[in-house]
Amino acid sequence: MNAILNETWPYVVLILVGFLPNEVWRALGLVLARGLNEDSELVVWARAVATAILAGVIAKLILFSSGALAAIPLPVRLAAAVCGFLAFLAVKRSVFVGVAAGEAALLAGGYLFAR
Amino acid sequence: MSTAAPDDAYTSSTAAFFGGMASSLTSVFFPVMIGTFVGIGALAHGFGFSSWWLAISTVVIWAGPAQVVLISALGSGGAMLDAAIAVSLTGVRLFPMVVSLLPLLRGEGTRTRHLLLPAHFTSVTTWVESLRLLPRLPHGQRIAFCNGLSCGYMTTALVAGFVGFYLAASLPPLLAGALLFVTPLAFLCTTARGARQMMDRLALALGLGLEPVLTYFHVGLDLVWTGIGAGTLAWAVHRVREATR
Repeated sequence: MNAILNETWPYVVLILVGFLPNEVWRALGLVLARGLNEDSELVVWARAVATAILAGVIAKLILFSSGALAAIPLPVRLAAAVCGFLAFLAVKRSVFVGVAAGEAALLAGGYLFAR
Repeated sequence: MSTAAPDDAYTSSTAAFFGGMASSLTSVFFPVMIGTFVGIGALAHGFGFSSWWLAISTVVIWAGPAQVVLISALGSGGAMLDAAIAVSLTGVRLFPMVVSLLPLLRGEGTRTRHLLLPAHFTSVTTWVESLRLLPRLPHGQRIAFCNGLSCGYMTTALVAGFVGFYLAASLPPLLAGALLFVTPLAFLCTTARGARQMMDRLALALGLGLEPVLTYFHVGLDLVWTGIGAGTLAWAVHRVREATR
C-alpha cells in the first residue's frame, strides 16, 4: 500500500499543484472567450505579475542554484548571466546568441575557478 | 530561417494537420524549444524527479515557465500551496492568449469541443505562431493546422526533455552544471525579447531584484510576493506614466 502511494504520489502532486492551477486559466479563457479586451487593465496587470514571477525564477536559479550548477562559484554564474544578456542585447536580441555566450562564459569560468 | 508559408489551402484537414506540424519544425522557435526543454530535462533530473514524470508534466501542463516553477519549488522542499499559487500566477498569461486565439479558430459549425484541444495547446510559442500563420488559411482548416503545429512543438519538447534528463545524468559535473544554466539563460532572453513595453521590462528588472532579497530573508511564498509586489509596482508606474503623459 505504501509502495503504491510512494509511486503515485508525485503524479497526484503533478495534477493538483501543476496541472489544475495552470489549466484553470485556459478553461476560463475558453468559457469567457468573448468580450474581454487584450488591453483591459486586468489583463495588463496579469502580464506584469507573470513577468515578475518569471524574473524571480530566473534570479533563483542563477543565485541559489542546486545540483551540479551549485559547484560553479556564484561570481562565475553571475558574470556568465551578465555576459549572456549583454550578447543577447548586442546581437539583434537573439536568444540563441545570448544562451551560447552565457554558456561559453560559464564553462570558461567554471573550468578556471572550479572548486 | 523562414517558415513554410501556407499560402494555399490544404487539400484536406489531415494535410492541414501535417502542414502545421511541418511549420513547427522549420520555425525559429524550434531550436529555442529544444534548448528550453533540454534545460528543463536537466533541471528535473537535478531536483530528483523521474523522466516520465517530466514527460507527463510536459503533456498536461504544456507551459515551460509553469514547469520550471513547479520543479524548482517542489524540488527545493517548498510547500505545495506555495507551489500551486506560483504556478497559477505564471498561468494567468494563458488566459488572454486563449481569449484572443479562439476567435481566429472559430468558424461556422465550430463547437466548443473542437476548441478544447487548441485551448489546452495554447502556450507562448504556439500562440505567437498561430496568430502569425492562421490568418492566411481558410477557417475550415485552421483548427487542424493549429493542432498539428502544437503537436509538432510538443513532440519536440518531449524528446528534448528526455535528452536533457539523460545528459544531465551522464555528463561530467561542469557540463551538467552548464546544462542546468540553459533554463535561466533562455528564460532571461525570451522574457526580455517578449517585453514589449517599458512596464514589462520594469517588471523583469524588479522581479530579478526582489526575489533574492526575499529568499535571503527567508520570506515564505517568495515567488508569489515577487510576482505580486514587483508586478504591481511595474503596473502602477506604467499607469502613472500613462496618466501624466
